[in-house]
Amino acid sequence: MNVIGEMLSYPFLVRALVGGVLVSLCASLLGVSLVLKRYSMIGDGLSHVSFGALSLAIAFGWQPLQVSIPVVVIAAFFLLRITENGKIKSDAAIAVISASALAIGIIITSLTTGMTTDVSSYMFGSILAMSRADVILSAILSVIVLFLFVFFYHKVFAVTFDENFARATGVKVSWYHILFAVLTAVTIVLGMRMMGAMLISSLIIFPALTSMRLFKSFRGVMIAAGVVSVVCFCIGMVISYEASTPAGASVVVVNLAVFLLCTGLQWVRGR
Amino acid sequence: MKPLIECVEAGFGYENVDVVTEVTMEVLPGDYIGVVGENGAGKSTLIKGLLGLLKPTSGAITIAEELKKTGIGYLPQQTAAQKDFPATVWEVVLSGTLSRAGYRPFYSREEKKLAEVNMGRLGIEDLKYKCYRDLSGGQKQRVLIARALCATEKLLILDEPITGLDPSAAQEFYQVVKHLNRDQGVAILMVSHDIQNMVRQAGKILHLNQKVLFYGTVEQYRNSSVGRRFLGGEDT
Repeated sequence: MNVIGEMLSYPFLVRALVGGVLVSLCASLLGVSLVLKRYSMIGDGLSHVSFGALSLAIAFGWQPLQVSIPVVVIAAFFLLRITENGKIKSDAAIAVISASALAIGIIITSLTTGMTTDVSSYMFGSILAMSRADVILSAILSVIVLFLFVFFYHKVFAVTFDENFARATGVKVSWYHILFAVLTAVTIVLGMRMMGAMLISSLIIFPALTSMRLFKSFRGVMIAAGVVSVVCFCIGMVISYEASTPAGASVVVVNLAVFLLCTGLQWVRGR
Repeated sequence: MKPLIECVEAGFGYENVDVVTEVTMEVLPGDYIGVVGENGAGKSTLIKGLLGLLKPTSGAITIAEELKKTGIGYLPQQTAAQKDFPATVWEVVLSGTLSRAGYRPFYSREEKKLAEVNMGRLGIEDLKYKCYRDLSGGQKQRVLIARALCATEKLLILDEPITGLDPSAAQEFYQVVKHLNRDQGVAILMVSHDIQNMVRQAGKILHLNQKVLFYGTVEQYRNSSVGRRFLGGEDT
């Protein structure tokens, strides 16, 4: 308990904790749908696009969020579109886009500012990255995400489980895709500054996978994913503070540990 | 009898490519129509058109008012994503009543009742809290039919429902569908490759190959040249 009190006495850590908890919650809820719809790689692709956009913004001295949010939202649309059309193999398309964005980002960086601490913190995350504005934006984002998942829960379920049936019963499926694309994009842009472009997709994927090991109902999986994500984030932050390990990486390792634990549990139960 | 769906010279397709054209057909209450044809004949495209997911590129399609309100009971081809989907049978069946709920975020008592009734009709009450991914292929299909019946009891559209079922599960599935059609008056439109069973089960056959090659009763189909060729009759 002492440790937590100590952590809360630093304003930057309070911001990181509040912002991080909100972003992990959003990421995990959106993640359940994305993972079940086989879109998990989209998170990874978007974070790399976001990195490219951020390097561009730094190089030109623009506001990072104002550049990267629109760019990533557009990329999210685009990625969802190709996944739907199925013209190009979507996993290959995502890999191509994410590698290209990363490469462009790295070239822009090395030609202009060089590898500054800013750029490195976008790669691997920094606990100092959460500004007041970020925290406020995370709060707005999580209100929207929670509203969507509480009031449109059944539609989210229908769209995730069976798009064609949902469409035939008159659900505006494409609206949900657009909404998911925008929310995922904003979540990733906000989360990657703390977690790092390389690690943010784990916030989307791990909680969903972990809770799918434990629960048999969609509602159970949703709630568990939110809880697992927030708890793992907090434990990760404490470990990071105590052992002076990078915050993003610590959170991912805690997520991995919980996932392995739950996989073990499932295996024991299944025998 | 007023038709549930009526197509007059209708064509459906994607982006300037017409996949099926000149479809004239109707689905009457209580019909059992088998849609057959080779791969790429436009069966799935026609289904999308009937469901209102594709606008006709030519001709006209009229859907009865009662179906417009609730949507059509639809059993899509299974997707890979559903194989390991964590959802209880109850959650899946209940989602069929979605169009009745409108913008209300929670299901009402009537909707829950409806879901229960339809689970009873398909004999899956005891699976209520089972996980969808743990069910057998035949059980999954029953769950999806119950869900479709929650949307409407007038018409069920089934897109290759027996794909992936073993022969005995497929026979059982045909029994369930026949029972719904004969005893409960649900009109059925089923796309299938299983032509032998189709002529045994259905009342009418719609044979597609970009156009309608045949549309009429099963008896007429057996005696038509298209039907004889497709069924592998003696004069091939």
